[in-house]
Amino acid sequence: MKIILAVLTSLLLLGGCQSPAPSAAAGEETLYNALGERSGIADIVEDMLYRIVEDPRLADDFRGIDVARFHRQLTDQLCHLSGGPCTYTGRSMEEAHAGMNVTEAQFNAVADHLVLAMETHSVPTGAQNRLLARLVPLHDRIVGH
Amino acid sequence: MTHVRSLASLLVLTLMPGLTVADVGSRLWATGGVTTIEGSAGGGLVPMAVLSGYASDTEWGGTASLSRLTTDGYSFHGAGATVSAFNRVELSVARQTLDLDTLGASLGQDELAQTVYGLKVRAFGDLIYDPLGQWSVGIQHKRNTAEAISNAIGSRDNTGTDVYISGSRLFLAAVGGRNLLINGTLRATRANQTGLLGFGGDRNDDHELMAELSAGLLLNRHWLVGMEYRQKPDNLSFAREQDARDFFVAWFPHRRVSVTAAWVQLGDIAGLSDQQGPFAAIEASF
Ligand code: HEM
Repeated sequence: MKIILAVLTSLLLLGGCQSPAPSAAAGEETLYNALGERSGIADIVEDMLYRIVEDPRLADDFRGIDVARFHRQLTDQLCHLSGGPCTYTGRSMEEAHAGMNVTEAQFNAVADHLVLAMETHSVPTGAQNRLLARLVPLHDRIVGH
Repeated sequence: MTHVRSLASLLVLTLMPGLTVADVGSRLWATGGVTTIEGSAGGGLVPMAVLSGYASDTEWGGTASLSRLTTDGYSFHGAGATVSAFNRVELSVARQTLDLDTLGASLGQDELAQTVYGLKVRAFGDLIYDPLGQWSVGIQHKRNTAEAISNAIGSRDNTGTDVYISGSRLFLAAVGGRNLLINGTLRATRANQTGLLGFGGDRNDDHELMAELSAGLLLNRHWLVGMEYRQKPDNLSFAREQDARDFFVAWFPHRRVSVTAAWVQLGDIAGLSDQQGPFAAIEASF
């Protein structure tokens, strides 16, 4: 009996020590962590930008933009969408893409570059898909305005 | 520091015209499915609402494919080609031949052949971005060259036309972070064994509604595994038919290429019972 109690208490204590520090919703944090937190996301966005400006489907629209600003805004946006501790301070998606008449092909091209950039940075497939799922609601605000 | 430098070089890049060549259409990996034995984009047996290849709203594209299926009594060969435009319309043609390995001698004919001309139109929706999914209507006009055998088994016509409606939806990160593809098709048809055994018969000579279902899980963007189920009419007392099903694995080593392997169960065919066997297909997208 004593032995069992001792084992139980030590298990409980061990469990106590191993449980993660209290933090924001665990599921949310997993995606943000899987993306490599803000610095990982910044690298992914940078990689994505290289792919975008070399892509004839997109390059014309991106020529001459304020790259540093775009990089910061998109990084903050993805950081926020993945559950990270960032605030997106850019324009609404409708405003940012107004008058560009963004096509489905262009939207898919950007999504594809994001996927390839995440793959280059060894983001697991499940996390890639979860981020894409969170971008779905943005589709209608970006395409065709 | 490296960060600032690479952003600066990026700035230079944004000032230059695009240099590289566009990839084959823009839609996401594997979202054109593969080519069915009747030529339309879908799985192996069941068409889907997706259009072949990768063409998005401003693009066009197409596919070419070869397939093969062997069972105890038969070997099937298929060749197909499609062209799709603007993620709106898909034209397809498929040539099917069925070698009568076992029955040939008794029927005095070694093979059945059929050509299927297909048209599919995306009516509304989107596979990924519309919560209702993507909905398409299609038509398959079939002409077989098997008059002798069709007459022998009692089918009424050598040409026939199927009309179908399909709904497909890709659920991102649906199962363990993997993307799930679900499709349902409703087909009006009077085809016997997809038309290879002719159209209509003594038990039924009208178009009937058949349900077809498929589901696939994208393990990553290179691998799709799943299954299909397809109801078939049962028009001929001489050659009863059962529903078909299959389990498949499709591999996309490249956006432009897919290789599919499946185990297909077709039920009885022209009196030979429980025909099942391995299916293989290769496809290229352009
Ligand atoms: C998943 C898809 C997309 C996301 C999440 C996204 C997000 C963003 C964000 C956060 C900004 C910065 C807004 C700001 O600075 O206030 C931006 C700007 C921009 N986006 Fe997108 N975007 C997407 C797709 C596209 C596509 C398909 C195009 C194609 C033409 C495009 C073209 C641009 C351009 C040119 C700017 C810069 C506008 C400017 O600074 O004047 N975006 N986008």
